[in-house]
Amino acid sequence: MSAPNKSYDPVEVEALKPEVVEQARDEAFAAFAAAASLEELKQAKVAHTGDRSPLALANREIGALPPHAKAAAGKLIGQARGAVNQALAKRQTELEAERDARVLVEEAVDVTLPYDRVPRGARHPLTTLAERIEDTFVAMGYEVASGPEVEAEWLNFDALNLHQDHPARSMQDTFFVQAPDGSADSGVVMRTQTSPVQIRTMLDRRPPLYAVSPGRVYRTDELDATHTPVFRQVEAIAVDEGITFADLKGTIEALVEKLIGTGLELRWRPSYFPFTEPSAEIDLQCFVCRGASVGNPDRPCRTCSSEGWIELGGCGVVNPRVLVAAGVDPDRYSGFAFGLGLERILMNRHNVADMRDMVEGDVRFTLPFGMEI
Amino acid sequence: MRVPLSWLREYVDLPAGETGRDVAARLVRAGLEVETVEQLGADLKGPLVVGEVLSIDELSGFKKPIRHCFVNVGTANGTGEPQEIVCGATNFAVGDKVVVVLPGAVLPGPFPIAARQTYGHTSAGMICSARELGMGDDHNGIIVLESHHEPGTDAVELLQLVDEVLDIAVTPDRGYCLSMRGVAREAAAAYGLPLADPALLDVPPANSYGYPVKVADPAGCDRFVARTVTGVEPSARTPIWMQRRLQKAGIRPISLTVDITNYVMLEVGQPLHAYDRNRVDGPIQVRRAEEGEILTTLDGVKRKLSAEDLLICDNSGPIGLAGVMGGATTEILDPVLDPETGLVTGSTEVIVEAAHFDPIAVARTAKRHKLPSEASKRFERGVDPEAARAAAQRAVDLLVLIAGGTAEAGVTDIAAPHPVRTISIAADLPDRVAGTEYGRETVTRRLQEIGCGVVGADTLEVTPPSWRPDLTDPYDLAEEVIRLEGYDNVPARMPTVPPGRGLSEAQRFHRRVGVALAGAGYVEINAYPFLGEAAFDGLGLDKDDRRRRTVKLVNPLNDEEPALRTTLLPGLLGALRRNIGRGNTDLALFETGTVFLPKDELKVAPRLPVDRRPSDTEIAELNAALPHQPRRVAVALAGERLPSGWWGKGSGAVWADAIEAGRTVAAAAGVELTVRQAQYAPWHPGRCAELLVGDVVVGHAGELHPRVIKALHLPERTSVMELDLDLVFEDGRRVSGPAVSAYPVATQDVALIVDSSVPAAEVEAALREGAGELLEAIRLFDVFTGEQAGEGKKSLAYTLRFRAADRTLTADEATAAREAAVALAGSRTGATLRG
Ligand SMILES: [Zn+2]
Repeated sequence: MSAPNKSYDPVEVEALKPEVVEQARDEAFAAFAAAASLEELKQAKVAHTGDRSPLALANREIGALPPHAKAAAGKLIGQARGAVNQALAKRQTELEAERDARVLVEEAVDVTLPYDRVPRGARHPLTTLAERIEDTFVAMGYEVASGPEVEAEWLNFDALNLHQDHPARSMQDTFFVQAPDGSADSGVVMRTQTSPVQIRTMLDRRPPLYAVSPGRVYRTDELDATHTPVFRQVEAIAVDEGITFADLKGTIEALVEKLIGTGLELRWRPSYFPFTEPSAEIDLQCFVCRGASVGNPDRPCRTCSSEGWIELGGCGVVNPRVLVAAGVDPDRYSGFAFGLGLERILMNRHNVADMRDMVEGDVRFTLPFGMEI
Repeated sequence: MRVPLSWLREYVDLPAGETGRDVAARLVRAGLEVETVEQLGADLKGPLVVGEVLSIDELSGFKKPIRHCFVNVGTANGTGEPQEIVCGATNFAVGDKVVVVLPGAVLPGPFPIAARQTYGHTSAGMICSARELGMGDDHNGIIVLESHHEPGTDAVELLQLVDEVLDIAVTPDRGYCLSMRGVAREAAAAYGLPLADPALLDVPPANSYGYPVKVADPAGCDRFVARTVTGVEPSARTPIWMQRRLQKAGIRPISLTVDITNYVMLEVGQPLHAYDRNRVDGPIQVRRAEEGEILTTLDGVKRKLSAEDLLICDNSGPIGLAGVMGGATTEILDPVLDPETGLVTGSTEVIVEAAHFDPIAVARTAKRHKLPSEASKRFERGVDPEAARAAAQRAVDLLVLIAGGTAEAGVTDIAAPHPVRTISIAADLPDRVAGTEYGRETVTRRLQEIGCGVVGADTLEVTPPSWRPDLTDPYDLAEEVIRLEGYDNVPARMPTVPPGRGLSEAQRFHRRVGVALAGAGYVEINAYPFLGEAAFDGLGLDKDDRRRRTVKLVNPLNDEEPALRTTLLPGLLGALRRNIGRGNTDLALFETGTVFLPKDELKVAPRLPVDRRPSDTEIAELNAALPHQPRRVAVALAGERLPSGWWGKGSGAVWADAIEAGRTVAAAAGVELTVRQAQYAPWHPGRCAELLVGDVVVGHAGELHPRVIKALHLPERTSVMELDLDLVFEDGRRVSGPAVSAYPVATQDVALIVDSSVPAAEVEAALREGAGELLEAIRLFDVFTGEQAGEGKKSLAYTLRFRAADRTLTADEATAAREAAVALAGSRTGATLRG
């Protein structure tokens, strides 16, 4: 820096001539614009805004000016430096954006790569189907009840109006549990139906009773495409004052609508169960062919075997004898009960062709069902 | 019950155009379970005619006998010339009338017929066997017709080959529908048409000179009708129409007399038995057997009798199991042709038995001797006792008409007095049961339609017909009305259900377990609960292991698996192996389900009465006879738990995964699981954890014993967990929300050296306790053994996170807490700080 020189005219200081300052400024602009990378910009920055840059040096010369000239020179330099810094910042932003864009491109991955690092599990469709049915009933106000799978004969048969010699008792091929002496007279069987839970529910509590009860039941069938010795039923029972067959129909219709959908006809076939009277078998119109396959060999239907109907299960008004055995006054209360086969519903609702798939535990069968059905 | 539509029409004048399917639909709505409607002869096309065999030339030089025949088929072939036919059957002779199918016809199969060259001759058609015509598959020989049929007669009509057969599964309450009479009655009601009742016959009154019968057990046999026909011609053959009806109904024609008894049974539902009178020794007696008596039934089986069996006897002893099967010594002889004389010999004097036996006695005998017969099937379900006389009469009539016999005048009819059963029913009971309004008139009319006598107004006095023993109380009658009025016509309505309580805590927990395990990558299976000793041997259980004490079945599906599971593992491992066998090697499976644990003291469940509620003591007795049936969960893992992939190496399923599954279940229960080193089959003795909630052992987890893995052909390092869900579940649990401090955390690491045998869990517990309440969390981040740790030692490195609820901790405070933690770990477990 030159020493203050009161006698100097500003024009005599070369570095503070406006054209020189402008040139320095323009050179800085050019250098910034020419910087192709943040690294080059950094060098340009040092060259044009650093301590040894022309404008910095010129700034120092201001001190050498006479007081009257300082303000003008300071303004001149200040403006030039401001413009240079602005240009620098602008270029800096530009280059950073360019760099960022480049890095993001470089970091791109193939998001379609398969990733099963944490394997998924699944619940068995019969479990989730049972839960769905439970939920439908719970929403109506029912409770979910359960009972043992190895059950007293009295509960599985006698109390359900199936006395010792009842033909229906041999209809159901029962697994008998060995008595302590090895005989069949243990009075204990593997339950052939979920109906004993009805009795337990009635023995436990007083009406009004509204209960639904899913569970495993057992019959001595060999496993094949349409039979399994271990299968699942869902039983529902309502015992209250004034319960009628009409209530049964309404309830089943509501369930079917929730479970399968609307617009399908139900067929109520009179049938016989010792524990209900009147009794009915419920058939659902085949939702695949809607009956079009009946007597039409050109359009066979696998879902209903071209019968037009799918058996849903059995139902009826609880036989007053059953109420008596369970300690419910049949003059005051009446009830309805029904039982549905879950495997059959699963087969129909989800196009499962072979019963064996449900029992073998092959993960390829179960996984697609996921967590909910 | 198989019901040919053509036969049904004999009793109900069904509309002409009504098909089998139409009739089936009506019957189904009335409650008969029509399983199939068989279309007989649907693909059959004539010409199919009667032919007379004119000549037979036995061809030689072939592997089997071949006949070159000329057959007179009248003008059915258009020329009137004899038809040239080559035939491989030999059971016919010149002059026989046979059934000939001509070229252009189609036999069932479908099997089109054309003239063809064979064995050096032209064969313009076929001489038919019963099987070829779809008449039943038991007969391979040529049908030889009675001689009076004219050549050229249409055999499709003659043999009634085109028909529809309704196959009806008769429910136990509808015994009367095991007859044409019963099904016809239902069809008549369904169509609103009159019924021509085949049991309405003129029957001569009982007298004292019928075949002598003594009924020693009137409770077992409340009706016994016996009729005698003499002069029965053994050579008489069962007419085609009767054979065909029997065949369509599924009964094989045998001989005329037997066929007649079967025919009448199908017609009116009364099982009949025919005895050869010349083989019966003295009066017929009905009594119970003496224990150990022997009877050879007509199926040739020698049967040892029980004192409960109801018998038909003569002076020689038992000659029949009442209502089940006759004996061999008195059965009707099969007609035998003497080739020398051309005479047919066989039974000529026949006693027809039409009796009514106690359904329970018959059911028990049939069950005891494993002898379900057409007769027992009907008696079990209830036979009309009033039909016995008519049925016997019908059989006598047919024996006279067809077999050339003479009815003896004697009529035996022993009847125990039957009280008239009447049922009082409120006229509006059907309305109240159905939830709709029928009105008294409809109720009365419908009850009359099924054969009831009905009198009364608000209360109806109803006398059910003799063929409906199932109608015993007012609800039975209400059901009949509702069924005949049609279930479709009952309105649908929803009951008003009081507000429910939703799922119980336990039910919600069971669902959470499934969701949690599936969320953790496990796939649910449901195995059968059956197993045998082999399963326990495979698991390497000791001979006296408690799990070998099982509930056993009397009649298992498989004799090798007579027991019910006491552990879920065999089923789960079976599923694991099946999946591996099918090419899935990375597996995580789970099952929840019941195991069956016999009680210490085995009891028999009482047979309680059903006419009242059992007492609480009685219910307790029932429950005491049942095994414990706790609910378990089990998992099995094999292969990679976390798969390898483009991201790098995965990790194999290990013992720790199995234990973690236990923690997953415990977390679903909201309880804390503690883990303790244990030794328990079938786990690896060094890699088995006992799982506890509080002080209660709830299950085990870890890696399977290598011997078990080898024995069961499982992948190495297969790991399993099993625990008792009932023990884990805690009702009424409620989580208390923690106070979350906003002050900064102070983290300190500590590395400890302990003996290898010291469980990490103990070290951690000591650190926790020693650190006191400032400790927010502790995490074991490194374990190693080896030189650096020292011989027989291991190094455990923990991160301790400290935080105070009310202030920022100073470094000194955190350090002091850490030192306290280390000190307690040192005194409890011998841990020392690593250098
Ligand atoms: Zn269909």
